[in-house]
Amino acid sequence: MSKKLKAAIIGPGNIGTDLLMKMQRSEWIEPVWMVGIDPESEGLKRAEQMGIKTCATGVDGLLPHVIEDAIRVAFDATSAYVHAENSRKLNELGVIMVDLTPAAIGPYCVPPVNLEAHAKNLELNVNMVTCGGQATIPMVAAVSRVQPVEYGEIIATVSSRSVGPGTRQNIDEFTRTTAGAVEKVGGAKRGKAIIIINPAEPPLIMRDTIHCLTEGEPDQATITESVHQMVKEVQKYVPGYRLVNGPVFDGNRVSCFMEVEGLGDFLPKYAGNLDIMTAAGLRTAEMFAEEAANGTITLPERG
Amino acid sequence: MNLNGKKVTLHDMSLRDGMHAKRHQISLDEMVNIATGMDEAGMPLIEVTHGDGLGGASVNYGFPAHSDEEYLNAVVPKMKNAKISALLLPGIGTVDHLKMAKDCGVSTIRVATHCTEADVSEQHIGMAAKMEMDTVGFLMMAHMVSPEKILEQAKLMVSYGANCIYATDSAGYMLPDEVTAKIGLLRAELPSSVEIGFHGHHNMGMAIANSLAAIEAGASRIDGSVAGLGAGAGNTPLEVFCAVLDRMGVETGIDLYKIMDVAEDRVFPIMDQPIRVDRDALTLGYAGVYSSFLLFAQRAEKKYGISARDILVELGRRGTVGGQEDMIEDLALTMAKEKGLI
Repeated sequence: MSKKLKAAIIGPGNIGTDLLMKMQRSEWIEPVWMVGIDPESEGLKRAEQMGIKTCATGVDGLLPHVIEDAIRVAFDATSAYVHAENSRKLNELGVIMVDLTPAAIGPYCVPPVNLEAHAKNLELNVNMVTCGGQATIPMVAAVSRVQPVEYGEIIATVSSRSVGPGTRQNIDEFTRTTAGAVEKVGGAKRGKAIIIINPAEPPLIMRDTIHCLTEGEPDQATITESVHQMVKEVQKYVPGYRLVNGPVFDGNRVSCFMEVEGLGDFLPKYAGNLDIMTAAGLRTAEMFAEEAANGTITLPERG
Repeated sequence: MNLNGKKVTLHDMSLRDGMHAKRHQISLDEMVNIATGMDEAGMPLIEVTHGDGLGGASVNYGFPAHSDEEYLNAVVPKMKNAKISALLLPGIGTVDHLKMAKDCGVSTIRVATHCTEADVSEQHIGMAAKMEMDTVGFLMMAHMVSPEKILEQAKLMVSYGANCIYATDSAGYMLPDEVTAKIGLLRAELPSSVEIGFHGHHNMGMAIANSLAAIEAGASRIDGSVAGLGAGAGNTPLEVFCAVLDRMGVETGIDLYKIMDVAEDRVFPIMDQPIRVDRDALTLGYAGVYSSFLLFAQRAEKKYGISARDILVELGRRGTVGGQEDMIEDLALTMAKEKGLI
């Protein structure tokens, strides 16, 4: 029996398609279904051409095939509005849900920080926070694992072309969710998040700045080492994750300046903000597959 | 130019844009003192917020001496006639801040986006309009795109519920002909129920001329700040503008001598540095860079030995937009590395 877990992607848009392309290279996850709601959608056609089963009737169209096709993990790349229902229906059938929407029903997951804990607990729904969160929270955690962080602030600057209508209509959700995860996952006592959209042409590569205010004088040597280690951890799934400058120390302020270049699978390389979401989502599912193969977790029983 | 008989609403920025020039450290007493002086002089609208708008308190933009709520609660109850406005940049502040401002008695909300990104303002403009506030869409860095693009973005903001649209010269880059073209197209194409506004900066010494061009082209709200206290070389100095408008027969409802006194006796004394077209402020205007970058670039010059002018020119070349203050230290570090300084 293959060690690979079989997967469904819900939402055949840019994110879903990029995820599919990454998944086709995965040693641990095998894409089987792509689920949409519009039979004419380009994304479904692309998936079909790539040899993936498709349905245009939403998650309900997938449900009858979940058991026979041994679907164990689903990625939701739709919207926060429909995610709760999608998740409920698939969780009932023992499918682990990786939530790429801002719905955040399940715990936040930032792979190098807390994925292992979620996998060991067999969380049936994990949320991938936001692109800005994935790009910055590892750095907050890199500081907070050395010494307490009284305040963590992140500024994500993304190219206008890489920000879809969903994010634009509810940009507050980005700032709130990211700030919350800077606290809950990053370990800062208080968190703040800022997003800037830049329309420059050619589009700029995603940039992120992370400021931490430490309690007491920052331990410069240990923090610097911790930051470099954490960058390497993220680079395992996002090779274009780079520390451009820093950590810079100024009083109790620790600042890191990052650039996130994507792999350029379906999304262009500048859209590192989208790439880090799909890569983190896939990395998350892979960890569940690895743990299941190692026997450290047992996937839900089903008929 | 004949503006005789026109009426304009002047909107003071010294307690919001001026916060940039004061590193957001204006005291509550100073704020109340200046605001009450302006109220007595007949200033109809006064903006009170962190320089980067509601929720701007941050490492990135600077922590203010007091919270937005504290400033608003100090100023609003003291106003006899003047109304108080607040600025909000989606991506920095949220609708929670907006509701707080409304609860504090703010009557005008100005929702600011980069001039090509108006669609991030839907939830904020929608909420302010729903609460029946005077709701302004504020298109920043308007020099960066064509009049047609500004109009397209303005229409989005109007569709969300804005009753006034600003073309904002955040970099102090525009010359009068450009102001005429942009304001003129907005006035020609937007419904007459939608007011048009102009916000200038004095980085190229054009703030008064640009504001006059805006009025001639159909703007009925003009931003400025008493004594020019604002980012970069400051905003259109309102006491000067009042005198000019008075000579031209434009009605503002403001007492010229009283506003001159507020500038001289209340605003000028709180300035940390002269607000003038110095080398770096001129570079902002010349290179088309967001005015509040000025002090950040000057601090980076001191810390990393790279001239503020070189940093600002490079920021302009890279197409940076409002809010990207974090780029300044990052860029200074990169430039210092390249020069072997660190």
